[in-house]
Amino acid sequence: MNDPITIARDSILAPAGLTEHDLDRLLGLLAGSALDAADIYFQNSRLQSWVLEDGIIKDGNFSIEQGVGIRAISGEKTGFAYSDEITFPALAQAAEAARAIAGAGQHAQVRIANQAAVHRLYEPINPLVSLPDADQVALLKRVDAEARRMDSRVTKVSASVVAVQDIVMVLADDGTLAADVRPLVRLNVSVIAEANGRREQGGSGGGARADLGWLLLEDRALGFAREAVRLALTNLEAEPAPAGTMTVVLGAGWPGILLHEAIGHGLEGDFNRKETSAFAGRVGERVAAPGVTVVDDGTLAGRRGSLNMDDEGTPSQNTVLIEDGILRGYMQDKLNARLMGVRSTGNGRRESYAHLPMPRMTNTYMLAGTRDPQEIIASVDKGLYAVNFGGGQVDITSGKFVFSTSEAYLIEGGKIGRPVKGATLIGNGPDVLTRVSMIGNDLALDAGVGTCGKEGQSVPVGVGQPTMRIDSLTVGGTTA
Amino acid sequence: MTITATEDTAERLARLQQHIEDLLREAKDRGASAAEASVGSSAGLEVSVRLGEVETVEHTRDNGLGITVYFGHHKGSASTTDLSPASLRDTVAAACTIAAQTQEDPCAHLADAALMARTIPDLDLYHPWPLGVDEAIRIAADCEDAARAYDARIVNSEGASLSTHMGLQVYGNSHGFIGGYPSTRHGLSCAVVGEDGDAMQRDYWWTSARCAADLDPARGVGERAAERTVARLGARQIDTRKAPVLFRAEVAAGLLRSLVSAISGGSLYRRSSFLLDHLNETIFPDFVRIHEQPLLPRGLASAPFDGDGVATWSKDLVSEGVLRTYLLDAYSGCRLKLPTTGNAGGVRNLSIDMGELDRAGMLALMGTGLFVTELMGHGVNAVTGDYSRGAAGFWVEHGEIQFPVEEITIAGNLKEMFAGLVAVGNDCDFPGSTRTGSWLIGEMTIAGE
Repeated sequence: MNDPITIARDSILAPAGLTEHDLDRLLGLLAGSALDAADIYFQNSRLQSWVLEDGIIKDGNFSIEQGVGIRAISGEKTGFAYSDEITFPALAQAAEAARAIAGAGQHAQVRIANQAAVHRLYEPINPLVSLPDADQVALLKRVDAEARRMDSRVTKVSASVVAVQDIVMVLADDGTLAADVRPLVRLNVSVIAEANGRREQGGSGGGARADLGWLLLEDRALGFAREAVRLALTNLEAEPAPAGTMTVVLGAGWPGILLHEAIGHGLEGDFNRKETSAFAGRVGERVAAPGVTVVDDGTLAGRRGSLNMDDEGTPSQNTVLIEDGILRGYMQDKLNARLMGVRSTGNGRRESYAHLPMPRMTNTYMLAGTRDPQEIIASVDKGLYAVNFGGGQVDITSGKFVFSTSEAYLIEGGKIGRPVKGATLIGNGPDVLTRVSMIGNDLALDAGVGTCGKEGQSVPVGVGQPTMRIDSLTVGGTTA
Repeated sequence: MTITATEDTAERLARLQQHIEDLLREAKDRGASAAEASVGSSAGLEVSVRLGEVETVEHTRDNGLGITVYFGHHKGSASTTDLSPASLRDTVAAACTIAAQTQEDPCAHLADAALMARTIPDLDLYHPWPLGVDEAIRIAADCEDAARAYDARIVNSEGASLSTHMGLQVYGNSHGFIGGYPSTRHGLSCAVVGEDGDAMQRDYWWTSARCAADLDPARGVGERAAERTVARLGARQIDTRKAPVLFRAEVAAGLLRSLVSAISGGSLYRRSSFLLDHLNETIFPDFVRIHEQPLLPRGLASAPFDGDGVATWSKDLVSEGVLRTYLLDAYSGCRLKLPTTGNAGGVRNLSIDMGELDRAGMLALMGTGLFVTELMGHGVNAVTGDYSRGAAGFWVEHGEIQFPVEEITIAGNLKEMFAGLVAVGNDCDFPGSTRTGSWLIGEMTIAGE
């Protein structure tokens, strides 16, 4: 019972009384001569969470989402229907609705074959039961106590722990039968600190495709508590941020959200097939300074953005997006790859069975350079050093992107100076990386809390980068 | 295929009500001292057309139920998409297992029984649209055609989408309250891409309504999307400076959402609001009145009762510039030692009293400054009110639009921006449940070149 296909059969098909023969029949009903592609996506997703506020375990939640999404594709047309009732008649009805997109056509015979898993980046476990409930609750209480112990200016602490098991199984008319069992855990801490009439927030957290024991290793959970307190206390001292265009040094790790917004979305296959991206038709052109190499890598063991296979059954891969400053390629799902005459890069992802797949990022990061991070800061006479961020957003057509700091400092005379309040940074995706003048040797990935939204669908992702210097970027503070 | 109820709506409502009763009984049988549950079921059709061709046809059908059980002041919650009897029992059991681990919270209880909605007024929210796929495609195609034909600089399209949804929502709790009602929502949207030289711009427009007859005409929606896109072509950065800022009506609605967030019970008891301790204080100039109308017929956010089963009512959130009420549910009210305001689940149909000036009048009142038409990113600090966001719009001199602007930020503090509101226009021209005209703010910092 340690094989994803067996687990998927036992937890989705068997309780519904569906047999292998039913799947063959269903795919036969769906596939046909008028279609280019068709697939069926089974999902069973379980989530358990605990919430601590004001020193007590205040709430907990358990949820199950289960259903089947059925898709039929003809040319650029997609027909889609889904059902949360997993019975043969309900699925047959959904298949008929989806395939109507192609008009009448002959039904086809499809033989599905088990697809051997390419990756084993995480174990097919159920993290909900990986730690007794009482221990999860106790962990949150220790996190709360640690945050309060750190500093008397801490007036509020909230913390949550979430464990998810996502079992997915894909059948496609190209014969694909593949499954993945995806664990995902996360712990978040948020604190409010108050002093001298000021009130500020600090937050931290981390997660992985692992069991809940991951949170206990390397002192992680308490480390998140200490980091949240440190951020809130830093913000208590923050002064107004500067406004205008200046040199910006971005710290290693989570500031890689820059890459996700500035270039990642613009290199998703759908926007480039439709030529609505500012990067459309630019493969082979210079879009970044020499030395800048950016990849989207779904194959990192245990990372939040990693996948053994994407939601179309394609094994995930490490795709080079920018190599030494030159644009190399796009991230693809099956539909856009077929229409552009290339292969899927294993980036076809969907929020759930009730959503259509599209090209999405996994873990997007810049490879390390050679500079000492201290040397990079020392090189700046006057500028901003930004090490933590909230969210970001991009307009893929104009190329303009933003991301907002939650921890940043002035750099004065090559030294890190006073902390400044949160400010939004804005730039132009296709040229921001041409202004990268120094790349650190300290590549780091984020702690595992990123969620990406696109067309109303959320998926877990990762980002990362080394410390880097951008010679000019617009900083949206209040001090003009 | 058309979207029509396969069984009578009343029968389906009765079936969902039966689920609620089963859930509450199961919770009681398992020893819960109180419980509340909600069940929803919806179905819809969404079609999208791009460059004149069908892109997607999606049939949606969603079910879900959630239960919260209370053992004294310990609570636990569980939810599922599976409405089978076995799943109902498992879900209640899961909620009870959770409640065994949560701690005593004196505020963990149902809303006061006396506040439950006694009648469920018909708010005219249910207008099914018996729309065939072919007809849906034709409407979306008309919309996109109008956008593409609007101007030769419209060179590409993200397409037009038409959607129609009908849903049933039922809530009940162990006070004996049970209420449910059907509703519909239909929408049409269009996004196109314009090009001028090397640079591309994209913009969109939409319409949304409870009743299909209330939607704006398809061609008008397309033309508006194209007009907005073309207006952005040739945008450039401006220098860093301080200047007055006029927020176009639909982005001004975002400032109202920031207000709502800051006066919501959850933000307040967590001390995560820049308006903490501001009840009955002046937060806007005295001409400002902000009003909530949850019982508005056909309103996109209307609801006869809130997420606690409490009857909703109309109220001023702000009048004469003074904050008159917080937005509370039973839990956050208890935490703040105030009664619920019937706002479990949020605020419903918010409007600000509009002034005398139209768009041209507001631009003239500003004179020279920035007319913001789009905001990007999440740069709003709810705790401090510090505000810094990416922006696009137009530079205005002597009341006249000069040129489009992009790749800039605007920054300030919401508390100061609210206090510094100069005027609200009467140019409310966007769909949705929030009604406001444009807002003129005295001065903000603009970061650019």
